[in-house]
Amino acid sequence: MAGGLEQREAALSAGSIVQFENVGLRYGTGAETLSDLAFSLRDGGFYFLTGPSGAGKTSLLKLLYLALRPSRGLIRLFGEDIVTMPRARLPGFRRRIGVVFQDFRLVPHLSTFDNVALPLRVAGVEDKDLETPVREMLAWVGLADRASARPATLSGGEQQRVAIARAVIGRPELLVADEPTGNVDPEMARRLLYLFASLNKLGTTIIVATHDLHLLTEVSGAEMLRLDRGQIADPTGALRHPPRRADL
Amino acid sequence: MRGGVRKFGAAERGLLPEGRIAGPMPWVIAIMMFLTVLAAAAGLGLGGAASRLDEQIGSRVTIQVVEANPDVRRAQAAAAAAAIRNLPGVTNVRPVPDAEVQALLEPWLGAGGVDSDIPVPALIDVDLTPEAHRGLDALRQAVTAAAPAARVDDNGQWLAPLASLIGALKWLAAGLVILMVGATAATVVLAARAALDTHRGTIEILHLMGATDIQVARLFQRRIALDALFGGLIGFILAALVLIGIGERVSALGSELLGSATIPAPAWGVLVALPAFGVLLAMFVARLTILRALGRML
Repeated sequence: MAGGLEQREAALSAGSIVQFENVGLRYGTGAETLSDLAFSLRDGGFYFLTGPSGAGKTSLLKLLYLALRPSRGLIRLFGEDIVTMPRARLPGFRRRIGVVFQDFRLVPHLSTFDNVALPLRVAGVEDKDLETPVREMLAWVGLADRASARPATLSGGEQQRVAIARAVIGRPELLVADEPTGNVDPEMARRLLYLFASLNKLGTTIIVATHDLHLLTEVSGAEMLRLDRGQIADPTGALRHPPRRADL
Repeated sequence: MRGGVRKFGAAERGLLPEGRIAGPMPWVIAIMMFLTVLAAAAGLGLGGAASRLDEQIGSRVTIQVVEANPDVRRAQAAAAAAAIRNLPGVTNVRPVPDAEVQALLEPWLGAGGVDSDIPVPALIDVDLTPEAHRGLDALRQAVTAAAPAARVDDNGQWLAPLASLIGALKWLAAGLVILMVGATAATVVLAARAALDTHRGTIEILHLMGATDIQVARLFQRRIALDALFGGLIGFILAALVLIGIGERVSALGSELLGSATIPAPAWGVLVALPAFGVLLAMFVARLTILRALGRML
């Protein structure tokens, strides 16, 4: 019996980088912000997380990037149960995840270069090995000439690009992005999505929370998760694929 | 991305803003260090004075031969000295010369004020081992047997209240040092908490990027140690200047008792070590405080 259960778990988790089972999240003693979430994200997949404001998208992303633990249920990340995982093991998992925060969260006293280099430094990359990848990434997001600028002197769009560069510089296995194109023009939004898609082709699983339905049509093969009032709006998965451009 | 976790290097030290991070803590530590060094210096000086008092005077007795006839007095003094010279525990017997006795009386009787007709007692200083000093009866018996006009004065008896006072002051100084250490630790705890609150945003970012608690704590403990070093050195230098000034004034007084309370050279080593101890204490307390605070985060 126990062997059968293990086999089922193994089958479920095979090929899944993220697995939610009956997950609920409650802040304090209030009502559940997220309820009965059950889904899995395929390793190497590209996902859009949509839903109206207040649906719980950011809370779901916080569970994914290990800023919160659920109030109930099971979350498996990279094949391991992170709900009961000892706190001391979490940093190692966090280094495998890139995060683009909705409010950017750049370190205000660090230059653009140092903000982008931050994940590499945390992961132990030597200073001499930082220069090339950071410069290349800054060039990719169009900020090569702003390397020494402080966040306060950057526009909203530039700050967002720094946040994205910081999230992807370490080639994370899972990239979690909360409204990553909210402050950039359509051309830059497409360019950033192309960056995400390139990263995805290299094996990174991407999940992007967005309100912008047009963005959904930009990545072929992407899948969609829709949240509504803290629950998956499409529990059967039938509507998991984003609408075609012509349908919008 | 999966590289091993290491200490943050020189560049990473900039993860916290330049300048002091702990608000007024360095100045509070400067005041604490100033008072700690003064209290420690007082304790060390008094400790030295107490031990020297004990060594030099505490185990000494003085035999007074009170006899009006100078010939008998001299004979009894010689007999008393001879009787005790070979007793066990007697380390030195020194008949005090007449000139020295005259000098002792001069402040009260004036120069040349001691008339030869005034019967001044003959004095003999006797140094004893601590064991012999504790059992004075044998000495008294030997002295009175050889010189009936002699009596034995135990210097330790009249020095006891002074020694007791010095001992109490020494412990008071030690207590003050302990209190200062506690107050310094409390200051560092408050400063570390304030620094954590101020830089919470940066810490959360580092945390979510996979920085370990130890990595974050090292950033803070290093900066707090630098602040503590700054404050500690200022406090120490000011205290050292005060101590040197007091030392010079004491030397000018020429008092043997006060002079014995000066800080011996090895004790300066202890005082110099205090700022270093302060820095280590600040680092340790800051590390504990920050690790505890980080432990409450996921």
